[in-house]
Amino acid sequence: MRDRRELRDSLLRVRELLRKEWRQIFRDPKTKRIIFASPILQLLLFGYAVNTDVRNAALFVVDQDRTRESRELVDAFTAGGYFRLVGRSDRPADLAAALDRGRAVVALQIPRGFARSLAAGRGAAVQVLVDGTSSNTATVAQGYANRIVQHFGLDYADAHGQAIRGGVDLRVRAWFNPALESRVYNVPGVVAVILMLMALLLTALAVVRERELGTLEQLMVSPLSPGELILGKTIPVAAIALVDLALVVLVAVLWFHIPLRGSPLLLLVASAVYILSALGLGLLVSTVSSTQQEAFMGMFLLFLPMIILSGFMYPITSMPWIFQKLTLLNPVRHFLEVVRGIFLRGAGVAELWPQIAALALTASVVLTVATRAFRKSLG
Amino acid sequence: MSDAVEVRDLTRRFGDFVAVDHVTFDVREGEIFGFLGPNGAGKTTTIKMLTGLLAPTSGEGRIAGLDVRRDAARIRRRIGYMSQRFSLYADLTVDENIDLFAGLYGVRGDRLAARRRWVVEMAGLAGRERQLTGELPLGFKQRLALGCAVLHQPPVLFLDEPTSGVDPAARRSFWELINSLSAAGTTVLLSTHYIEEAEYCNRLALMNRGRLVALDTPPRLRALLEEPILEVRVDDAPRAVEALAGAPGVLEASMFGRTVHVLVSDAAGARASIPALLEARGLRVGAIAPVRASLEDVFVALVRRAGGAVEG
Repeated sequence: MRDRRELRDSLLRVRELLRKEWRQIFRDPKTKRIIFASPILQLLLFGYAVNTDVRNAALFVVDQDRTRESRELVDAFTAGGYFRLVGRSDRPADLAAALDRGRAVVALQIPRGFARSLAAGRGAAVQVLVDGTSSNTATVAQGYANRIVQHFGLDYADAHGQAIRGGVDLRVRAWFNPALESRVYNVPGVVAVILMLMALLLTALAVVRERELGTLEQLMVSPLSPGELILGKTIPVAAIALVDLALVVLVAVLWFHIPLRGSPLLLLVASAVYILSALGLGLLVSTVSSTQQEAFMGMFLLFLPMIILSGFMYPITSMPWIFQKLTLLNPVRHFLEVVRGIFLRGAGVAELWPQIAALALTASVVLTVATRAFRKSLG
Repeated sequence: MSDAVEVRDLTRRFGDFVAVDHVTFDVREGEIFGFLGPNGAGKTTTIKMLTGLLAPTSGEGRIAGLDVRRDAARIRRRIGYMSQRFSLYADLTVDENIDLFAGLYGVRGDRLAARRRWVVEMAGLAGRERQLTGELPLGFKQRLALGCAVLHQPPVLFLDEPTSGVDPAARRSFWELINSLSAAGTTVLLSTHYIEEAEYCNRLALMNRGRLVALDTPPRLRALLEEPILEVRVDDAPRAVEALAGAPGVLEASMFGRTVHVLVSDAAGARASIPALLEARGLRVGAIAPVRASLEDVFVALVRRAGGAVEG
């Protein structure tokens, strides 16, 4: 009987704290902007600006052959929309100059005798120079150039009745993202980043702000227990994170036309588990910070490595072995696989259970450690 | 009748630093008990240990018979606490702050309505219940904070430098509230570094460097100083203190505002010798008169007698 009364009192205290948090969140226009506008802004930013596709790469051509064939090759380069002609010349020296001055990222040199060699069926060589300073663009552009030149050769042979000796024709089709648009790959990833950022930041700040103001002390001399305080602080953040999830998914699907092929319910469940680990990390940051600046710093010290070691921007498979193993501890990594899987491949529980289990494991470990540390930090 | 607060050898260390050093005292029910001392004397640390915000390194503390280490959760329902920092929510209205603390302490229904009326009237905030607390003048905020701290009518109230930063008029009206709470049976423990405020306490604990230097009523603390005190008006008080230190018949010389208070062994003799001594140093001496020992005189003398220096 006494236990039931205590439980009721405890729930009433949590409810009172939630009411207070709610009033504070919706009273402050700055908080509202951070909560609702910033996720959408970030999504737009990533959807538009962070584009790793190569389009309209600046191309400089040195054509020393000046034949119909050489002009057709240049046309093949510019026709696909991948390359844009910024200049042409017949002196090889101009080639280097164009790359040096950054006028072009790709330079194509067609030597004298190109058409003649082709006609004789001896095969011809052209040179492609790529500006390697931006390695991603260089790699992608190089790939395009390769394919264009190959196709040109095959088409020519075909048209002129030449035999293709033992050639293997490679036909690649990209599944799930047929046009290989980086946006389709990036936008679902942003969901993972935004949820982590919001939940981590809001939890850490919610606690540290009160510590800074002295109100935390006032709460701690009241009958409110540390556990009740944690609930009162994390439930609003979890609710906000779920609203952000809905907002971001809506914008991704309706605005960017990213296909959501899998189950929205599975996405919600996985997100909830993921958010729990972010809340725990936020609490951990709050226990070691006494001011909001410290909390910000602590948050970024945690957030940046988690993003870098998540596969969000840099593929995990190209990391050194030890870092690949480290990513297994990272909830962002697991959740990224889940969101991308659900969005793009339409994956279900059967395919994604290992990642969801890993998420649940990280969440429970982080939450246990965080609540212990939090109780201790309150003295 | 048991004491409201019992403290035995309470000690708190932070590494090598001993913030509170074997402090022992009792506070009777309904008493106004003050801690007086400079910053760093250990007043706040003592209050934090008794309110459960800080664990003692050693020693014992009991509030209403409950042990501060073992029964912290039960103690929290029976005490009120107000710190030197304004600790209500500035972005909540007066009513919302009252709602919050009422909810945390389980004050509901008719009792809440009655307590809300009492707090609003006591703090002089009738008609301003829907105003944001941050927009109120400091004096009002402080009274509201006190109101929220005693919303649940705790038998023991802790106030950590409650009047710092408040103007004298607001401080006086704040003290009227403390007196009426005490008259109604609430035990009040408070810390202060305002000497004149200390005079309002029933009993005072003088603290310095973590130790309890003396504990008694203000009049009896003053009586601890048997030797007479002369107040010397002089044009350069700091130089006069220097000149008087160690002079024959002078036990103690300290600044008191722009005058010098001199603790002497023989009033008549000193009144005759002091002017000559100071004028020989080129100082101009005004009136010399015996004065009643202030608590500050007592504090300085007791600390020096104990062989320590006053910090802060």
